[in-house]
Formats: sequence, structure tokens, C-alpha cells
Amino acid sequence: MPTTANVVYQYDGSFDGLLCSVFESYDKKEIPLDIVLPDATQMMLVPIKNIPTDSGKAKRVLASIPAKIGFLALDFVQHAFLTCFTQKELYILLFLRLGYRHGANVMEMLADDVVHTMVKAVRHLDRESHLFKGFIRFSIFNHILVAEIEPKNYVLPLLLQHFCERYPEERFLIYDKTHGMALVYQPYQSAIIPIDDLVLPEPDEAEESYRELWQVFYNTIEIKGRHNPKCRMNLMPKRYWKYMTEFGNTQYNHRKVLKGQDGLLKALSHKELF
Amino acid sequence: MDVFEKLKILTDAAKYDVACTSSGVNKKTPKGGIGSAAACGICHSFSADGRCISLLKVLMTNVCAYDCKYCVNRHSNDTPRAAFTPRELADLTINFYRRNYIEGLFLSSGVLKNPDYTCEQMIETLRILREEYRFFGYIHAKAIPGADSALVSRLGMLADRMSINIELPSQDSLNLLAPDKSKHSILTPMRYIQNRIQENSMDLVKYKHAPKFVPAGQSTQMIIGATPDTDLQILNLTEGLYKKYKLKRVFFSAYMPVIENSFLPTIDTEPPLWREHRLYQADWLLRFYGFAANELLDEQNQSFNPYVDPKCNWALHHLDFFPMDVNRAPYSDLLRVPGIGVNSAKRIVTARRMTTLSFESLKKLGVVLKRAQYFITCKGKKNESFKITENAILQSLMSEKTRKEYQMKFSQREAIDQLSLFDMPFKVQPNFLQEDIVKCLQQQM
Repeated sequence: MPTTANVVYQYDGSFDGLLCSVFESYDKKEIPLDIVLPDATQMMLVPIKNIPTDSGKAKRVLASIPAKIGFLALDFVQHAFLTCFTQKELYILLFLRLGYRHGANVMEMLADDVVHTMVKAVRHLDRESHLFKGFIRFSIFNHILVAEIEPKNYVLPLLLQHFCERYPEERFLIYDKTHGMALVYQPYQSAIIPIDDLVLPEPDEAEESYRELWQVFYNTIEIKGRHNPKCRMNLMPKRYWKYMTEFGNTQYNHRKVLKGQDGLLKALSHKELF
Repeated sequence: MDVFEKLKILTDAAKYDVACTSSGVNKKTPKGGIGSAAACGICHSFSADGRCISLLKVLMTNVCAYDCKYCVNRHSNDTPRAAFTPRELADLTINFYRRNYIEGLFLSSGVLKNPDYTCEQMIETLRILREEYRFFGYIHAKAIPGADSALVSRLGMLADRMSINIELPSQDSLNLLAPDKSKHSILTPMRYIQNRIQENSMDLVKYKHAPKFVPAGQSTQMIIGATPDTDLQILNLTEGLYKKYKLKRVFFSAYMPVIENSFLPTIDTEPPLWREHRLYQADWLLRFYGFAANELLDEQNQSFNPYVDPKCNWALHHLDFFPMDVNRAPYSDLLRVPGIGVNSAKRIVTARRMTTLSFESLKKLGVVLKRAQYFITCKGKKNESFKITENAILQSLMSEKTRKEYQMKFSQREAIDQLSLFDMPFKVQPNFLQEDIVKCLQQQM
């Protein structure tokens, strides 16, 4: 029986790194108090153990998950890793430990505390990524579709397939401001790359007029006799409004083109990013 | 007239159509195309009335030859008229679609010249989208009653979903308010579309790449509260449409008084939103919970109870069905418990394979214990941690909103805590009897 050890694991933030922590936990027959990122700055009263990422160990753990717990569980864990749940690393470890013991049945243990917590976090991620499929707004600059989002969870990998299937012949970029990453696509090639900042150029006339047309539509479609802002807020929380065209967001209009900032867009129109 | 003005007029004229769903079909775009569709549907925005905006919902034209009394577009109404050209509308759709404003197009129309001509205009729009722009997103087209069946068929090959509005729930109401329409002229194309979908599904078995006819099925809509039809009539009609015409959805729209007419409710009438809400709840019970219309309403109770939802109402009338043990009851029975929905019932069935469920674990599975606790047992035991009083039961079975209304009504007369079930006011006929409630209480104590 493993014991809860008086130790905190520190991993490099990658999925492989986390798998190595799982390896370490089994190797030392111990369960850490928490698994933290390298930049965790809080005062630690317990010793921190640095877990180096070893691709060999990671591969062994990765291969064991579908073999011992099933593909559904692997998919589930990979999703859980994208969530914004603060203790996701520790819970993934606990979940895998349960999984190695119970096999594929672990996916049915919905009443278990660990599984329940994970399911809740993944549901939050799935819901957010589903909403973004609808709420993302592209602006077209020089035939390139550009959108900005500020998600809580790391949703880009979940949006990739949807938007690639939706716009197979377009070039587009979705910038995730929270995580400093961007999903870039040009016909039949996609990538998720780190980006520091993105400043967009002024919209051209066509872009402006379609934005206005959309606002006309949005404001007209409401039935005034049924006005119900609370219901709207439930279905479309305010944090999503910031980048939505219908709320007359004019931040694009007043943004000035700073030097070198349209370099990224130029890069997109060439193949430099890939 | 520029596109801005046209869009404004034709959106304004289309907004009373309820359906804005983009669900029912999974599609990927082939090389060189644009657009996809997800079976679950995607909402792109929500208007300030809380309704989903998924499709660009406009009319081809609001010029109309008919004179339906409830409709804003009737030809005797003095309102600005406009018409999109097929090209304008296709351009607008594709440009909105590229910016991810919408999931596709919902195209309806007033009857310009005659039904055939109108239908041809709609077909031309969809043809430009599908063939020239290679658009594979969602298209919902309204069939125009009275159009030639060859045209309806052509429209169906281009659209994902089609609908024909029943508008009013009975022939009498139609005679009164929509003299140009009859039950026959509405149901004939509906039957035609159903038959074509059926034929098409046979073709698809034989030939994998046979072109699809209305792959996302058909839907309809009716107006609630403009005529004296009862909830029972409406619900029976709804059930019939699902069974006989294999509709995917039936939508209800609370009548919004827009026009002064002696046949219609006065212009200051509040739209019967709560009634619409109850009908949707019942509609869900028919489609996902295995209820039949005659279980929810009958000749004695022709209207829904305004204070509790139809499922709760059913449960209070069938207390002999409860309490049930969540660890043993079959899925279909779990669905009948107030506070357990489709998702939580599925989770219960999954989770109980691994462990015996307690009230604590039910909470984790998403069961609303506040409502469900009176109807279930875990390991043969009732939930003891709740103190049960008459008032608590009634109030916990009501929704937040009705409870507030209920409390407002009674706060002056007596303290809220003193409320007794027997003072319960009924807007319509009482749907559950006093002795039922007493029985319910005795079982609980």
C-alpha cells in the first residue's frame, strides 16, 4: 500500500513530465501531497522533489494506460490535462492509480470523489470549448481570418478539428490570450504555436460593413415583448462578450497599427509559421 | 434600398419564427468547399430575449399575397416591404458564415406573386450557396404551402431541414384567423416531405452516395394563446405529429399581440409565456422521458398546472409508483422521478454497476435532491437528514420563480412559514387534489 509522503513533486509542465511523476509515484510507492509547476512560488513547508522528464519512462506509462485502463481513460486524462482545475496533476495521478487497480471500470465510478472531481473539471472544459465553437468571431484582414479568445481552460486543441473542418480552404488564426498560444491554419496544415502578443490592423471597408450588418441583424432579431437579459446572461456569460462583434466592440476600430505588429499577419500569408 | 435596410426589414419580419436550431446532421466539407454541421447544433449568440441565434433567420421577401390575421406580414398590414435578390442573400450568408457569426441560413418567405414563384426564388438562393460557393453549412428552408411538389422536392435536396408551420392547432382556428390556409394545405406537403425522407433512406441503403433529402428531418411550429385551443388539444396534436409525421421538433410560440383585430386577444395581452414553457416541458417528456400525452393531461385536466411542472404533477398523481429504490429501478422508471433527468438517470445506471448509491453520491451524479428526495430510497432508506413539512414539500417542488410569485401572493395574508397547502391558489383547475397531497405527506412522515 503506498503511503501519502511528505513531499511535493515538481514537474516541467508537460504531459510527459506528468507521466514521469506517475512513474516516480509507483517507483517510490508514495503519493505526493501535490504536483506543482516549476514556477510555483508559494512557501513550501514540505520538501520539493524535482521530477526530471524522461521520455523513456513517459512512454512506458503512456503505453500502459490504454492497455490497463482503456482508450477512453487515456482520452479522459488527456482532456483533464487541458483543464484549468488547479490540482489537475495530483488528481490525474490519483485517477490513474484508481485505474490501474480497477481497470476500465474506473470510468464508471462516477460516485467516487476523485473521478467525480475529474469529470466535473472535464465537463467544464468541454462546455467552454463547445461555447467557443459558436462565440468565436473572426475578422478578415487581407483574406486571413483572425480571432481572439480569452478562455479559462486550454481549449485550442479541442477547437482545432472543428475549425479545420469548417474552413478547409481558408487561412485562419485563433489567438488564445490567456495561454499565449495561437491555432494557425492554412489549407490542410495546422499548428498550435506560442505567440506573445497580437495587435490587429484597422479593418477595411468590407469588414466594417459586415460587422455593422451583423449588429443590425442582432439588434433586430430580438422580440421586444420577450426581453429577458437574465436568460441571455445564463446562456452566454458576460466574459464571452468582450470579443463578440454584436456588442459593438469597437476596440478594433480604434486600435492603431504599431510598428512591426502586422509582421505576424504577413508571416501567416507566407509560410514562415509552418 | 440598400442591404442594411433590407436586412432590417426582413429580419424584423422573420423573428417570430421560433426555430433556430442547427441540429440533427453531422457533415464535413469535401475539398474545395466551406462549412460543416454538428448533430448537436451550435449556438452562435443569444439575443436579448434569451433566444439562441444559430442561423441567419430572414425572409426572402415580406411581400405576401395572404392575409392571415395574426401575421405581421399579412397584405392588409401597412408595413415597409422589401425583397432580397438570391445573389444578395447568398453573399450575405457566406460572409457571415466566414466570420463565424452563424451556423447557416434559415430561409422563409412571404408569398410573392404565387407559391411557385416564391419557391423558385428560394431555390435559386440555395443553389448559388450550394453550387457556386460550395457551401456545406446548415440550411433550414421553409416549405411554402401550395407550391408544386417538384419544387418542394428540389428545395429539399438543397436544404438540411425543412419545416411547414401548422400555425394554429385546429381547423376552426385556421378558418377564423388564416382563411387562405387549411389543414389540408399544410398537412399535404408535410406528408409529402415525410414520404420523400422515407424513400431517400431506402435509397441510401442501396446506394451509399445517393443525394440526401432533408437529412436533418422536418419540424413545425404553432402559435399558443391566439385561439381558445386547450393544452390538451395542443399536446395531443404534438404527439400525433411526432408519431405520424415523424417530425424532429414541434415548436411553440406564445402569441405576441402585434395587431388589433376583433378575432384576436387585445393588443395589451401579456404573451402566455408560462404556458409556452409548460408545453415545452411536456414536449421534452414526450420525446426523451417516455411519457404519453394522455398521461400528462386528460379530459378532466385540460390545462397544465401553473405551479408545478408536468412531470411533478404526474408524480403527485401517481404516488403509488413511488418511492423507488435508485439502486434497482430500471432506467425508464428513474426518468419519471422529479429531480432526475436524462443525464443523471444515465449516470445512475452507470455508477451503480460499481457501487451501491447513497444520497451523498446521488448529489455528485447531478440529481436534484431537493425535488427527488420525496420519491426515492437508497439502500431501502429514505433521506433522513431533511426535515419535512407540508410547506417544504410544496415549495421545494415549485421552481424558483413560481415560488416567488406564490410567496408574494401570500406574504400579506400570513407569514410565509405558516403557509399551508390547502390555501394553494389555482389559476386554472386544480391538477392535484387535496387528498393526494395529504396522502403524499402521510407517506413521507
